[in-house]
Amino acid sequence: MLEFKNVSYTYHTKAGETTAVDKLNFTVENGEFVSVIGPSGCGKTTILSLAAGLLAPSSGEVLRGNGEFGYMLQRDALFPWRTVEGNIFLPLEVKKRNTPEKREKAVELAVKYGLKDFLKKTPKELSGGMRQRVALIRTLAAEPEILLLDEPFSALDYQTRLEVCDDVQGIIKSEKKTALLVTHDISEAIALSDKVVVLSKRPATVIAVHPIDFGGNVPKNRRECGEFAQTFEILRKELGI
Amino acid sequence: MKKNTDFSREHIAYLKKVRNKKIIINVSRCMILILILGFWELFAQLKIIDPFITSSPSRVMKTCASLYADGTLFHHIGITLMETFLGFLIAVVLGYAIAVALWASDTLRKVLEPYIVVLNSLPKIALGPLIIIWIGTGYDAIIFMTVLVSIIVCIMNMLSGFIAVDKTKLLLMKSMGASKLTTLRKLIIPASLPTLINTLKVAVGLAWIGSIMGEYIVSKAGLGYLIVYGGQVFKLDLVMAATFILCLLAGGMYGIIALVEKRISK
Repeated sequence: MLEFKNVSYTYHTKAGETTAVDKLNFTVENGEFVSVIGPSGCGKTTILSLAAGLLAPSSGEVLRGNGEFGYMLQRDALFPWRTVEGNIFLPLEVKKRNTPEKREKAVELAVKYGLKDFLKKTPKELSGGMRQRVALIRTLAAEPEILLLDEPFSALDYQTRLEVCDDVQGIIKSEKKTALLVTHDISEAIALSDKVVVLSKRPATVIAVHPIDFGGNVPKNRRECGEFAQTFEILRKELGI
Repeated sequence: MKKNTDFSREHIAYLKKVRNKKIIINVSRCMILILILGFWELFAQLKIIDPFITSSPSRVMKTCASLYADGTLFHHIGITLMETFLGFLIAVVLGYAIAVALWASDTLRKVLEPYIVVLNSLPKIALGPLIIIWIGTGYDAIIFMTVLVSIIVCIMNMLSGFIAVDKTKLLLMKSMGASKLTTLRKLIIPASLPTLINTLKVAVGLAWIGSIMGEYIVSKAGLGYLIVYGGQVFKLDLVMAATFILCLLAGGMYGIIALVEKRISK
């Protein structure tokens, strides 16, 4: 579980200080997929850094369980000098948990999600969608409790993006992980999440929280529901676009 | 290897064109050398140019042979090679280490920046007299000069290679809780490998400059010594012979690095 309680964060540069987020309140329950959307530059990445504990809030509190965090970034950041397998083992090496059992578990995960034939290949030989899947498996290999997703699909072309989007959501759901996604893409947020948190312009505060439960948990079905367009309109107005 | 019969006619034609171009390039390369040497020799033989001043390929060969005969050829080559290689090695290893330190500490980097900039633009030969007085007139002085000439570029090149590492990958390491040392080992060093190869290429050229320059200032043996000595006693054959050997050695050392590069980038 993850809870933001009245969290504010101010960062300092030579030019002055900027309040990125202001008195932020929301919760992510265990097993829940929550999206945070907001206009670009509203401090979404700051929220993830706060969630992961990479930044300490200026005031307020971020409550998190004992579980670890796994980050998934805008670009896959795969190391080109390592094989797919080597990339998946990276978090194990960094966290000094590089035991044969953990490695085996990571490989099992990769095989489960269709990377069996790619394990010995280099990232260069993979398509953009496949690379992002490797990045997800790499994140999952460290067995995190909560996944933090920082616009992980934004660098992909539209077609791949829809594909990878559904793919990643499916894997996260079937692994029963908790996820917090930040994005500026309204339809992505609606299609993927159990709950959408809408943020205002900087300094970001929560404007509204929308639980989403139509169309089952499958992004594809959701996009076909009538509610999809309605929710989209509501969110669009709240964002003021 | 596929046989030509496996390809379409256009592809065979294409392959032939590629091969032909390669042949033309190689033949032209050889021709230039042969022409230069041929005309040089011819003009010298016909006394159109004065071989006492210009030497000639045959005289260079003769000089090499006589150096070989009195047993000093490999002595001189060995000394210069040793100075160059040791200087190169020390410069690269030390330069790499300093670059790592500067990468690790932002403050240190900013503090030392002006000194590095000044040292970089200072013509190192200006320090010649100081080096002789401080270190003496042995090989170590020449090795020191070699290190001095090449190390700054090693530091600056490697540092900019380290700093240019993809920010997303750095963020990834940070998000996994990686320490600075882990980040260095798992990310920075492997990611900057192409920079290292480039640095080696530049450093090897500079190391030759350093060692020959060092031998110009102070030496009792070596190719640079032969060149200076030959110039002083007006034995241009000796100057040309030493220069010729130098060309071969420098080319060879560069070739080794190019080979290493091929190995790594595979």
